[in-house]
Amino acid sequence: MSDEKLPGVEYSGAQIDDPELAAEFAKLKGFFAPQTSAIGLRVTRIERSKAWSEIDWREDLVGDVETGVIAGGVLTTMLDSTCGAATQAALGKLTAMATLDLRIDYMRPAEPQRVIHCMAHCYKTTRSVCFVRGIAYHDDPDDPIATAAGTFMMTGEESYGSPDVVVA
Amino acid sequence: MSDVISPEGVAASIARIPYARFLGIEFDVKGDELTLVLPFAAHLVGRPNPPYLHGGVIGALLEISSIAQIAAATGAKTTPKPIDVTVSYLRGGKPIETYARAHISRLGRRIANVRAEAWQSSRDNPIALLHGNFMLRREG
Repeated sequence: MSDEKLPGVEYSGAQIDDPELAAEFAKLKGFFAPQTSAIGLRVTRIERSKAWSEIDWREDLVGDVETGVIAGGVLTTMLDSTCGAATQAALGKLTAMATLDLRIDYMRPAEPQRVIHCMAHCYKTTRSVCFVRGIAYHDDPDDPIATAAGTFMMTGEESYGSPDVVVA
Repeated sequence: MSDVISPEGVAASIARIPYARFLGIEFDVKGDELTLVLPFAAHLVGRPNPPYLHGGVIGALLEISSIAQIAAATGAKTTPKPIDVTVSYLRGGKPIETYARAHISRLGRRIANVRAEAWQSSRDNPIALLHGNFMLRREG
């Protein structure tokens, strides 16, 4: 189907306390998604069904030169990737996922020069579809910059975590 | 939208978006039709092997296509702000050139309702669709 992909982020610095999840995500060692690396997205923490990430403000990621606000598309990539990571964390297994649909609501502009955080929660998994919500924020998830609601589909592929698949 | 689109105006609206340059977005204007063009580049990939474009990149292309279309329709010198966008992903984005075109369903005084689609080798087989609302001018 659509953009089948790896969870799509750099996981090496992420805090993963759950030993089973830590072992599973460790299989991604050496993996990076070019686009998420290019925008500087980092996964910071993974728990069962949840993932957190962050991104620094950068001049070349701005969506409006007048305001210096980060482009909506950067938040799209951030929310898509973090939601994807949350589906992996919910399944407890590195399964290939494709985004079917992603709705983003832009609540307020991100403030220039500030780090943006993201939290995603995969609140329901079925045999083939995962339902996820995500929030982008500066300090407080209750004061969101943007929220996302996404559906992801398992593409039926077995784990792509093996090194021969991961290393291009 | 039957008015001829000014390429200079489109260039100016895209130049106001540094992130469009980061992605490498170009455009093509023929009469009243504006098409955004995203040449393939290695940094756009989400899944490396086999390479697929990142879904966020496709969403961003559709969003910028909508913004440029609105700017072309209104002639405004400010960048419309997305309020909400929904992107449906129909096919994986291959590592080739991608195109996007937006259609304004309703242009109100404050809000523009837009649909956009992205395709690659065949216009009849879109890889993603966007439906969204954009704020035409700043709040407050």
